[in-house]
Amino acid sequence: MTTATSAIRARSRRLNWRRAGAWALVVLAVAVSILPFYWVLRTSLSSNSALASNASNLLPADFNLGAYKRVFGLQTAQEAMAEGGSGAKIDFWIYLRNTVIFSAVTTAGAVFFSSMAAYAFSRLRWRGRNAVFGLFLATMMVPPIFTALPNFLLIKNLGLLNTMLGMVLPYLFMTPFAIFFLRQFFLNMSREVEEAAMLDGAKHLRIFFQIVLPNAAAPIATLALLTFIGQWNEYFWPLLVGNQDNVRVLTVGLGVFKSQSPQGAPDWSGLMAATLVSALPVLLLFVAFGKRIVNSIGFSGIK
Amino acid sequence: MLGFVVFYLVPSIRGLYLSFTEYNILGTPKWIGGANYAAIAKDPLFWNALGVTTQYVLINIVLQTVLALGLALLMHRVAKSTFIRGSLLLPYLVANVIAALLWFWLLDYQIGIVNNLIDAIGLPRIAFFGSEEWAIPTQALINTWRHMGYTALLIFAGLQAIPQHLYEVANLDGASPFQTFWKITMPLLRPVVVLVLVVTVIGSFQVFDTVAVTTQGGPINASRVLQYYIYQRAFTESDFGYGSALAVILFVILALVAFIQMKFLRGNESDLD
Repeated sequence: MTTATSAIRARSRRLNWRRAGAWALVVLAVAVSILPFYWVLRTSLSSNSALASNASNLLPADFNLGAYKRVFGLQTAQEAMAEGGSGAKIDFWIYLRNTVIFSAVTTAGAVFFSSMAAYAFSRLRWRGRNAVFGLFLATMMVPPIFTALPNFLLIKNLGLLNTMLGMVLPYLFMTPFAIFFLRQFFLNMSREVEEAAMLDGAKHLRIFFQIVLPNAAAPIATLALLTFIGQWNEYFWPLLVGNQDNVRVLTVGLGVFKSQSPQGAPDWSGLMAATLVSALPVLLLFVAFGKRIVNSIGFSGIK
Repeated sequence: MLGFVVFYLVPSIRGLYLSFTEYNILGTPKWIGGANYAAIAKDPLFWNALGVTTQYVLINIVLQTVLALGLALLMHRVAKSTFIRGSLLLPYLVANVIAALLWFWLLDYQIGIVNNLIDAIGLPRIAFFGSEEWAIPTQALINTWRHMGYTALLIFAGLQAIPQHLYEVANLDGASPFQTFWKITMPLLRPVVVLVLVVTVIGSFQVFDTVAVTTQGGPINASRVLQYYIYQRAFTESDFGYGSALAVILFVILALVAFIQMKFLRGNESDLD
């Protein structure tokens, strides 16, 4: 009896130690994920000249908003230099406008057309359906750079380099991932309502808009969210096609801003302020829809 | 449908065609057969890029899978909270460019916080981006940081799909946690792990953003990864034929890797069935 209880006690004590250790690891992982962002915030609120001498204090060094003024274009080059900035310019508002247009238009287009295609792949029966779908899945494997070179030539031949249209076109119609994602949901919808509607003489277009789309509102919203974030973060294609100020997006702009800073003393606080402001929309979306995003991860992994 | 044909199918075929031509954007492509491929086989920069990329991929697979598996187990056993899952996902949501710039600052040689900490515990500072031996591991670490939580969530979802009663049975039979892990968890997790491996490998072979923003292939050639090399050949040197041939090779490598992984790890089957 006594040996048994003491054995149990010893075991639970060991478990407690294990639990504490496990929690410590979890906390460490969370810290590694989040703390860099705090450090960016701290840097962006510091003044450049103070950063060098006071690089490790947890609070901002010589707290001020100069870096943000620089990013938003509220500071003259002289003021920026005086605060240790490089005087390099970032046309934040134009880049922001371009990024919003680029992400919003491609997301709307891709989600709309992809849902139509997904509908065709899941609810309609036609010859060669599975073969074509297989081809779609295969294109998910094609590295983007492989199609990027010919697509670049196509956009160039159409005279659309450095235009919004050229940036948007390849993403506008569909992405294989979106079709794959939506098809899984459409496959699980019950056929009964659809068949009833067909008996009433509804055409595919009506069924699609009035039955399928409303019923799939949740997955479509999730897909739109994921696509938007992905497009907001896109770098390679906008770099190729839109590398001039009038169409440059934030990611590309950040790269340029960084490379304009002289190697010796980069404008760290300005760069970090710009970084944070560029990431802000995604961070806000995440705060608003975090649960939806987190839950969608499980889905995309195992069907 | 049209979009698919115009921007996926036709470009794929055209890309293949261009790889057999000499083409500098101006004028028309000139058919030169396999000359590009022959040149690539003798191109030291290509072999360097392949080696560097492989190094990057290997560090990523090992670090990312092991860390993510550990994190997923931790989340499954002790901490299922959405807050924790959310914070782990945060790095994945920001752009590669932002992750790159963020670490470019944190790892700065002079006043970056990481080097200050290293200095504080009495070790020599590390030129993370400026030294040949560190350039690629640094890029891989940044990528691991960004993807670790995402990968962990994928595996976590897989863990949750494992029926609980299997563990109860194992417990009754007196299996140790170690045995349970290797005999139940790992085999049933295999499809997810295969997926994670395929996604990680395919993703890491295409590293570009981080390199383009931080080291631009340097120092010397230490971080000139395949995709960056393709970009340079095609867009900086306007050698589209050569660039396309390199892209074809990258594509073939990816297809091979995915095929082998699926084959060896039997990714399509699940022991649950």
